[in-house]
Parts: sequence; C-alpha cells; structure tokens
Amino acid sequence: MTPALPFVLIAPLVAALLLVLVPNWRVASWLNVGACAVTLAAALTLFTAKPAATAMLVLDAFNVTLIALTAFVGLTTSVFSASYIGHEVASGKLNPLRLRFYHAMYQAFLFTMLLALSANNLGVLWVAVEGATLTTVLMVSLYRTAASIEAAWKYFILCGVGIALALFGTILIYLAAQPVMGPGLAAMTWTRLLADSAKIEPNILNLAFVFLLIGYGTKVGLAPLHAWLPDAHAEGPTPISAVLSGLLLNVALYAVLRFKMLLAANGATMAPGPLMMVMGLSSLFLAGLMLYRRRDIKRFFAYSSIEHMGIIAFAFGIGGPLANFAGLLHMAMHSLTKSAIFYAVGHAVQAKGTQKIDGIRGLTVSHPALGWGLLAGVLAIAGLPPFGVFMSEFLLITNTFARQPLLALLLVLGILLAFGALVLRVQQICFGAPTGESHPIHGTLAPLYAHLALVLLAGLWLPGPLVAWFQTVAAMLG
Amino acid sequence: MIDIGYDAAHLLGALVLLTSFALLYQRRLFSLLNVFTVQALALSGAAAWQGYAHDEPHLYITAILTLALKAIAIPVALHRIIQRLHIERTVEPALGIGLTMVAGVSLVTLSILLVLPVTENATALTREDLALSLSVVLLGLLMMISRRNAVSQVVGFMSIENGLILAAVGVAGMPLVVEMSIAFSVMVAFIIFGIFLFQIRERFETLDMRKIESFRGESD
Repeated sequence: MTPALPFVLIAPLVAALLLVLVPNWRVASWLNVGACAVTLAAALTLFTAKPAATAMLVLDAFNVTLIALTAFVGLTTSVFSASYIGHEVASGKLNPLRLRFYHAMYQAFLFTMLLALSANNLGVLWVAVEGATLTTVLMVSLYRTAASIEAAWKYFILCGVGIALALFGTILIYLAAQPVMGPGLAAMTWTRLLADSAKIEPNILNLAFVFLLIGYGTKVGLAPLHAWLPDAHAEGPTPISAVLSGLLLNVALYAVLRFKMLLAANGATMAPGPLMMVMGLSSLFLAGLMLYRRRDIKRFFAYSSIEHMGIIAFAFGIGGPLANFAGLLHMAMHSLTKSAIFYAVGHAVQAKGTQKIDGIRGLTVSHPALGWGLLAGVLAIAGLPPFGVFMSEFLLITNTFARQPLLALLLVLGILLAFGALVLRVQQICFGAPTGESHPIHGTLAPLYAHLALVLLAGLWLPGPLVAWFQTVAAMLG
Repeated sequence: MIDIGYDAAHLLGALVLLTSFALLYQRRLFSLLNVFTVQALALSGAAAWQGYAHDEPHLYITAILTLALKAIAIPVALHRIIQRLHIERTVEPALGIGLTMVAGVSLVTLSILLVLPVTENATALTREDLALSLSVVLLGLLMMISRRNAVSQVVGFMSIENGLILAAVGVAGMPLVVEMSIAFSVMVAFIIFGIFLFQIRERFETLDMRKIESFRGESD
C-alpha cells in the first residue's frame, strides 16, 4: 500500500481535529481550504499508484475516480464556503463558536466520505456512511431555526432507519459468506467476497441486496425514500447543500453499486438491475412533477438532485458497457453542475435576502455575473448541449432505445418533464424586472465558473485517457 | 434430547422480541423506558450466552457494552431528560393499540416467511435468531411510525439497533470491530438525539412531532 491512500484519509481527519482548536473563523475558513487542497493533491497521486488491497482499504479504477471527484468538489466548496460564511456572520445568523464547529464538521464529513469510498470492509463502509449521516445532521441544524431543526430531525430519523436496514443487509452478506470463507474479517472484505462470490449462497444475497438497496437507497434519495432530501438541502447552510447533492448522494450510490457488482459476480442471484430501474424511474417522475410546485429555490434544486440520482440509478440498473459509461459520466457531471448551481444559489440568496423564488427575480439584471452563471448551470443540468450532462443523457437515451424502446420512452418523458420545470423557473429567476432587495455580492464566483468550464469542456471534448478510464470502470460494473 | 445451549439462546432471543411487543403498547414514557431496559438486559444476556455457548469471548465485550450503554446509561439519561424538560408523561399512540398489535404480528410472520426459506444451509440457531432479529427491527420501525412523540421515536430507533445487535450476535464469528463500531455509533447517535430533544423543546415547546411537522419551509 502506498502511503498516498492513508494520507488522503489522514489529512481531513487531522484537519478536523485541528480546526476544533482554531477560534478565529477567518483563519479557520482558509485552513479549511488548505486542508482540502492537500487532500486533493494526495488524491490525484492515486491515479498513478497501483497499491494492493489491504484488509481495510482498497483502491481500484472505480473508487479512485470518485475519491478524486470528492476531493475536488470538497476543495471548490471550501473556497465557496469561505466567501459565503462571512455574510452569514455579518447578518448575525451564525456566531464564531458555531463556525468553529462547522469547519471541524466539514473536514470530518469529507473524511467519512473518503473512508466510505476507500473501505475494503463492509463494516467500515457502513460505519463511514453512518458517520457521514451524523456529521451532516449536525450541519443541517446549524442555524438552529425551527425549520432547520425539523429538517435535521427528519433527516436523522429517516436515514437512521435506512442505515439500520443497510446494516441488516450487511449482516446477511456476512452470514452468506461465512460458510465459504470461515468466520472473521475475511468474510467482510470486498476483494475476498468478489473473488469467491460464485460460491456464496445466492438466496441470502438476494435478500441482503433488497435490504442494502432500501438502506443505502434512502441516502441516495431514491423515491419513495427521498422525503428527507429536500428539507435537508433547503434548511442547512448552502455549502452543505452543495456537498450533500454533489458528493454524499454519490457515495451512497457507490455503496449500492458495490453490492450490485457482488451479485453480478455470483451469477445465480436475481438480476439487481430491474429494481434499480424501477426506483430510478419513479424518482425521475416524482421529482419531475414536484419541481413544478416548488417556491423555495434550494428545495427546487434538491428535487432536481432526486431527478438526476434517478437517472443515474436507471443507467446502472439497465447496465452494459455503454449505459454504465453514461451513468459514471452523469455522476461526475451532476456533481460538478449541481454544486455549481448551489454556489450560485448561495450567493443569490444572500444578495436577495430570501430563498423564495418570487423574491429572486431578474438576477441577470441586478447581478449579471451571477445571473448568467446560474442560467448556464441550470441549462446544463436541464441537459442542453453543449454541456457534459447532455452527453451522458444522450448516451443513455440512445443506448436504452436500442435495447428497451418502451423504457426509453418513459425515460425521455421523465427528463422532458423536469426540463420543462427547470426552464420555466430559471426564466423567472434570471430574467424580468428585479424584485426584492438587492445587496452586492461578497466573495468570489471562481468556484462556480470553474465547475461550469469543466462541464462545458466535458461536453465539447472528453480527453482520450479519461474515456479509456471510464470504459475500464464501466466494464468492471458489468 | 434437550440442548440447553440452543434452548437458552432461543429463550433470550424470544424475550427480546416479546419486549418489542411490550414497547408497542406502553402509554407512559417511564414504563416505556423500563420495558426498553428489560429488552437491553435480555439482549445483553443473549450476547453473553452466545459467547459462552460458542466459546467466543469477544461476545462478552458486546454483552458488557450493551449492558452499560443500553440497559444503564441511555435509560438513565432519558429519564433525566424527561424530568428536566417537563415532558408530558403519557403519550397517545397515533394508531390504536389493537391495530398496532395486529400489524406487529403480521410483521413477525412476514420476517419468518422471509428469512427461513433463504437460509436453509445455516444452522437452526442462526436462522431463528435472524428471523427474531428481523422481527425486532420491523417492530421498531412500526413503533417509530405509530408514535409521534420524539422520546418514543428515540426508543424505537434504539430498539431497532437492539434487533441488529441480536442479528450480529447470532451469526458465528462476526468480527468484533463491527460490534464495537456499532456501539460507538449508537452512542454518538444518542448524544445527538439528546441535543435535538433539548433544541426541539426549546423551539417548539413540545415534543409531539405532529405539531412540529407543519414547519415545512413552504407553508407560507
């Protein structure tokens, strides 16, 4: 094992402990950025390293991609957060003590996500996802308003139950593997399980997968287990909404996909795909319909996240090299685009002093740089060319038409449904006469435009090595 | 032939399930906590017995952790929270007791029908422990749905965790790391629950979640 992988985990953990001790929030916010930069640098070296798996940690083409993505979005969000929280302190919503807590929790959250992604042990994976739940629950309730406490409580209860069901699934997997591999850690280790998957009793795997899909699926925000997601996104600080949407949902989906690989390697189990396709399509339709009735801007984009997680779950559910490729690309594009949108929304909410869409009209007139950025982001997430999201959706739709025309029809219908709502709302937000208050924007729009540039670049030209890399991962996923 | 090891484990597992049913119909918060304590004691006994019967000393640690955390620390802390916050001591379940019981029995039937056919190759004890623990998990879920009081929801959540530990204990050779970390996360979860109870009380003047759920951020 090269030291880089443990280092990726140690850096945020040390930073979390260190940030508890820093009383000055300005210093803390830049230390936060620095720690994220170190983590990203370490994560990027993982692409060239080929370490062997240990009992606790594993590294393959699949999780390296997500680790790098997590570290990158973690860094840009910390930059956004540094410019965002100044305004929150000035407006008296947060005090220095809570910010100290916030920064420590931000790093702890990154640590748990990176641990979940690199865990080679089912138990460690579970603990890491549980840890990510607990840290984000605390951050969602950061403002201590009635609505934020209710949102955090709902999040905690729903995801707590979800995570409990996932643990039951994990125990079932162990039960199935233990006769083959003997008692002890081996029967909970990914690489060992995957290698000996064919010998495992398929019936128990089936039952376990249902529990794991429901359990981790709650955290992915798949319908009908999505109820916590809009509340948690709307009531917490906006940087947290950005990492929740952009990163945490991916991590939970990653866990589901790992178990799907296990079932695929067994061969004698039920096909896990159809379950994921049904959940994916129902999320897509539910979110598409709900989008029309949202009046809160953060809630609106939270539903859009449900929609996209639905599309991704559908892509991996239908499977095959092309659909998996589209799913992976969509995962990355959605992370980048949605977090960019939340950066823009964060600034817009501060500039206008409200989260209600009615109060945020005419943004391109009152704040041109922000307004056009938000417009570009929303058009990208709606799936318009030339952005990267268009690429992945186009790939998925053509591939589905070739294999399951009827399902493709449903998929297109769902995407169009959401598209209509997005275009309708973004028109109101970005154009027309400005409404409400209008404060100047503090802080930088650099993270927003950096993400948009990447998404645009991916839509125009994907570098050859990246395509090859994604193809390897798509083949792994079966 | 009488197999004491099997019978005792069975008895303790069944006791955990029985207390899950008892949790469903408690109207007073203090008696709810008492029943929960009994459940934790039974669970701790089940873990210790499995450790003894299968000669797996690490299960004693699980048993001690369960005893210390779930049978002593958490009930005592919840008692004090209820007293400090002057919470109303009786709560009306959202579903009628008869209906809840019928639902509970069907959930137990469901979990037996679900678990027993797929685990034909496992030992009889493991299979039954698993069916019992899934029942406890589902009953905990039912309790969280049928009770809208925040303290009852916490107890429901903790009884789900009890079911999970029963499952983990029943499967031979589950690594200790896992149980330790479960215990740890339960502890953290409980601390957060405590913080929340205080905050909810402070903000809403009630712990009745039905009243709290009108705050949707979109109500106006």
